[in-house]
Amino acid sequence: MAADGSLAVSGVSSVSRGRANTMQRFARRRSTIAFMMTVPLLAIIIGLVAYPAAYAIYLSTLNRRMTAFAGTLNFELLFDSNTFWNVAFQSCFFAITAVLLKASIGFWLAHMLHHIPNKGQRKWRGMLLVPWVIPPALSTLGWWWMFDPSYSSINWLLAVISVPEVPWLGHPWAARISIIIVNVWIGTPFFMIMYLAALKSVPEQLYEAAMIDGASSWQRLRYVTLPMMANIISITVLFSLIVTFANYDIVRVLTNGGPRDLTHVFASYAFQVGILSGNIPRGAAVSLFMFPILAICAFFVLRSVTRRNKEQM
Amino acid sequence: MSATAANRDTPGIYSKAGSLRAERRWALWTAYISLVIAAIIFLAPPFYMLITSLKTSGEIATMTGNPWLVRDPTLENYTAIIFNPMFQRFMLNSIIITTCVVALTMVISILAAFALARMRFWGSQVLATGVFLTYLVPDTLLFIPLYQIVGGLGLLNSIFGLILVYPTLTVPFCTWIMIGYFASIPKELDEAALIDGATWSQMLLKIFIPVALPGIIAATIFAFTVSWAAFVYPTAFVTTPDQMPLTIGVVSQLVRADTFAWGQIMAGALMAALPPVVIYAFLMDYYIAGLTAGATKG
Repeated sequence: MAADGSLAVSGVSSVSRGRANTMQRFARRRSTIAFMMTVPLLAIIIGLVAYPAAYAIYLSTLNRRMTAFAGTLNFELLFDSNTFWNVAFQSCFFAITAVLLKASIGFWLAHMLHHIPNKGQRKWRGMLLVPWVIPPALSTLGWWWMFDPSYSSINWLLAVISVPEVPWLGHPWAARISIIIVNVWIGTPFFMIMYLAALKSVPEQLYEAAMIDGASSWQRLRYVTLPMMANIISITVLFSLIVTFANYDIVRVLTNGGPRDLTHVFASYAFQVGILSGNIPRGAAVSLFMFPILAICAFFVLRSVTRRNKEQM
Repeated sequence: MSATAANRDTPGIYSKAGSLRAERRWALWTAYISLVIAAIIFLAPPFYMLITSLKTSGEIATMTGNPWLVRDPTLENYTAIIFNPMFQRFMLNSIIITTCVVALTMVISILAAFALARMRFWGSQVLATGVFLTYLVPDTLLFIPLYQIVGGLGLLNSIFGLILVYPTLTVPFCTWIMIGYFASIPKELDEAALIDGATWSQMLLKIFIPVALPGIIAATIFAFTVSWAAFVYPTAFVTTPDQMPLTIGVVSQLVRADTFAWGQIMAGALMAALPPVVIYAFLMDYYIAGLTAGATKG
């Protein structure tokens, strides 16, 4: 992963031995300059990411009014509450379903885009990326209006093919599915564009060789395309899993956690508890639950990616 | 004998070729049908927003007939929203925040990426990995401690608080893709410059920035879209309308009005979404390069 950083210069030292002293000083100065250049970056990483993360752990051990140490009380109270387990279930259900759908629809669309003649691809790609470009909070507002119970344009379309009216945001399961629909709508173009870039990087000769060996189109997909794309697929799934799992905007705009707190995910529940109800320590505890889950996913995905990179070298 | 063999084989080959062609035609049809269906679904919500924004309040209130058609189109929603001082304030805030954040991000990430890609120093490896891992930390994990920190600095309810925290969204990714772009510049270029006696700053300004310009444009577009669309931080840190950027402003203030003025809400949402869409329309290739660079460079 860090291979890019390692490409730094190492050639300066080979100039001449007589001037080793000056060169040494030069190198020392260069590393000082380099360090100075990364200070703003370090300030952001340490001051606005690492420190808040540690601070969140500290916050989660305080009592409600943040006056005394309360140990693991916040976590215990969360474990005892039904709402929290609903939130955990909904977060996992939402993230897994949405990412699987995005990955498979995106894969399908990337394939279809790859198949059509080159000159048409740009136009189609341009159209299909639009959901990704609109700020999610604003497009979700549009979806909210489409799901509106009194005048739902989706129900109107369903009525045309005589499907009964769906209470999109009123019923817990319908609301869960609505949230997934909106998330898939926003996120699929990202998968599509990533996969398309990956498909384009697979050398055509591999397919020709496979064809000559009599591979069927399924076999070409299974034994040529998928192994060549494995790294991009896993990185894209990882990115998307993190963003989906930590999603806030869609839930906030579409259902705001309702009906009966059944569509809250970790982020929106943490917001509800921590900012809106003013229980900052409990909110911090809720949002901290995202961390181990995401860290484990990231660990396994990144390990498999580095392993595959090493195999290829 | 070879002739008979050939005779026996030819029909086989032809039928095979014929089926291949049929298969290809079939594949092309599937491709176009899937793409048309996808395009309809992907473009329906923005289209419906546009349709709604062109309707009069009366037409929306009747709630009868085909919602996907507009009977007497009007621009009154747009004029109402453009001359709404609150909306103008949101727009101005968004512009100020985004400009500052993009400028900050680009300065920080270009400097850091140059140092990390070209000058080795103690811990530079770790830092490069750290940048990538930071990018993986979602904003919803940090907003509660940041709320406390920003509050401690007295910057809640202020666009300066947002300018302070937005770089956490943009800097890691921009640095990461800039490291990739800088690392791909051939080392002969900077060696030549060093021999000619160029200083590090000259090298950065006269070689790296011009050569990596496509990457810089892609990173700038990324920083712009992310800070324009940011939602969690402004929702958490800003509660007074006069300091709100567009996203939360449109979602919370326009919706909060007693009667849902759907036409105006949709007009506002579309106007707010316009800048990223326009940038995307004109700089699509850079936009996509920025998107894909993150993963392919990984």
